[in-house]
Amino acid sequence: MKLDNIYQEEKKSNFAKVSEIIITMASRPSGFIGLSILIFHVILAFISPYIAPYDFKAINPTLMLQAPSAEYWFGTDDLGRDVFTRTILGGRTALTITFFGSLIALLWGGLLGIFCGLVGGKTDDIVMRIVDAFLSIPWILAMLLIVSLLGTSTEVLIPALGFFYGKGIVRVARAATHDVIAKDFIVSARARGHSNFSIIWNEIIPNVRDAILVEGAMRWSWMLLGFSSLSFLGFGVSPPTPDWGLMISNARGLMSFAYWSVIAPIVGLSSLIIGINLTADAFAKALGIDRSTKAPV
Amino acid sequence: MLFLIIKRILLGLITLFIVSLITFVGTEILPGDACTTYLERQAFGEQLEACYRRLGLNVPAYERYVSWAVNAIQGDFGYSLSGEMPIKEVLGPRIKNSLVLASAAIFIGIPIALILGIVTALWRDKLPDVAISTVTIFAMTIPEFISATLLILIIAIWLEWLPGIVIVPTDVSFFELLPNIILPVIAIAMIMTAHMARMVRSSVIQVMASEYVQMAILKGVPYWKMVFKHVLPNALLPAINVVALTIAWLLGGVVVTEVVFNYPGLGRLVIESISNRDLPTVQALAIILASIYVSINLLADLMTLMLNPRLKTLQIRK
Repeated sequence: MKLDNIYQEEKKSNFAKVSEIIITMASRPSGFIGLSILIFHVILAFISPYIAPYDFKAINPTLMLQAPSAEYWFGTDDLGRDVFTRTILGGRTALTITFFGSLIALLWGGLLGIFCGLVGGKTDDIVMRIVDAFLSIPWILAMLLIVSLLGTSTEVLIPALGFFYGKGIVRVARAATHDVIAKDFIVSARARGHSNFSIIWNEIIPNVRDAILVEGAMRWSWMLLGFSSLSFLGFGVSPPTPDWGLMISNARGLMSFAYWSVIAPIVGLSSLIIGINLTADAFAKALGIDRSTKAPV
Repeated sequence: MLFLIIKRILLGLITLFIVSLITFVGTEILPGDACTTYLERQAFGEQLEACYRRLGLNVPAYERYVSWAVNAIQGDFGYSLSGEMPIKEVLGPRIKNSLVLASAAIFIGIPIALILGIVTALWRDKLPDVAISTVTIFAMTIPEFISATLLILIIAIWLEWLPGIVIVPTDVSFFELLPNIILPVIAIAMIMTAHMARMVRSSVIQVMASEYVQMAILKGVPYWKMVFKHVLPNALLPAINVVALTIAWLLGGVVVTEVVFNYPGLGRLVIESISNRDLPTVQALAIILASIYVSINLLADLMTLMLNPRLKTLQIRK
């Protein structure tokens, strides 16, 4: 009976903890704005196929580069496609790919970082040198090379993005592990004869989780930025898939007389990136993690 | 002290060695080699043989790596496939153009970033801070290609003040280049300034909250004297590393900006050589960009070490 109570209380406190974090995040104006923008985009990504007024790939030469009107809210592009339809659909691919990409980055970067922080010594030295080497190659060069040789399918993009954005997490996870490794509970777990795996799972992960999650949230917005840059350069998703980066690069050449077709995707992409950024910042503040002095890596 | 410097330089060299291995192994295990990817459909028979011979791809991989590395150290990266000229000659003007762009952005960006960062920190949460911080957050989160596109749309197309894209030959002289690079410099400096201003801001805020500054306030040191004598020297030291990382990080962003403005620098060469499937040039670019990154970081570490007497006796954290 008593045990039961304790169990229930723990469960409740977990749920309470999550809602408390969300409330703290939303209580700041910037956090509230960020969360609202992010939620808006996620909902839009789910419902946009059902509310899109036109077919996103229907080409109509008679409707080329129409200015915004009651019929075509954001005008039409150079192939006569409705810009409003393409804009509300334009975030789906980017959101999906970068979300799963960040999960992969979190997993491998976090686990490798914790492992290196725990074992230390030669293994740590070697792994960190390799991570350093990868950090010093501009991500865009490596990504472009991989994509140009392996193609731009989702199965290539998600793991590749996940890999290249995870190497920065290795360092954060390793540093966070170093902070807890000398604490008494780790020493006593070792004295009890726990295995490395058990120590990582039961002692370290609960203590470094927050720092890694915050880093992952931040990396989500960077990955979105990177992914849309790839699309913009023509190395991301392939046409006619509606994607903001691709739409901006297509409409850019025509913007001297059809600025609407470039403004709409710009607003879409910028608002999503700012939304994720503000949310990640608020998340960090709600968890009491200061990442303001860190540079992007 | 000397030992620490030597150790840092050695670590940098080891990193570069691993980079060269990664790029070499990477291009080796990805499907297709330099010749088949470049020749595409014509990759058979006589032409393929000729290409293999020209690039020396008919010898084992490790031998090729050794000879490539030995030549690369001497500044010889072999022949580019598409231009059919030594990569050295392709790179030269590009590096110069990129340097012009980067140094212009740095010279404009660093003073502005310092002023903005200090102002926002000293008037923390007041109107100047809120206004400037909002702008900097926008500038640093929005992708480079969006801010560059908006700059072109507003300044070049609507206001017609400056040319929107750079139309100059690769080997143009510095003074002919100057009017063409104003917009790209603004685009790059904007992002860089925003990042650095944020770092300076948080660094100054941290120092302002420290005990010795509180002590100075209690002692009655005049406010501005305290700011310039006690706060800034301590706050700007950690910013050096961050500035270096920001500059190095910009290498990736510069690729996109150079493409948007059609600027003939290293960044556009990255895109061109990858579109042309010119793997020898890609390898050379990878090692050069990595060397820039490593040396900027090394320089920043050494500068912090020189300027901070406390670190001289400590081991540098890696």
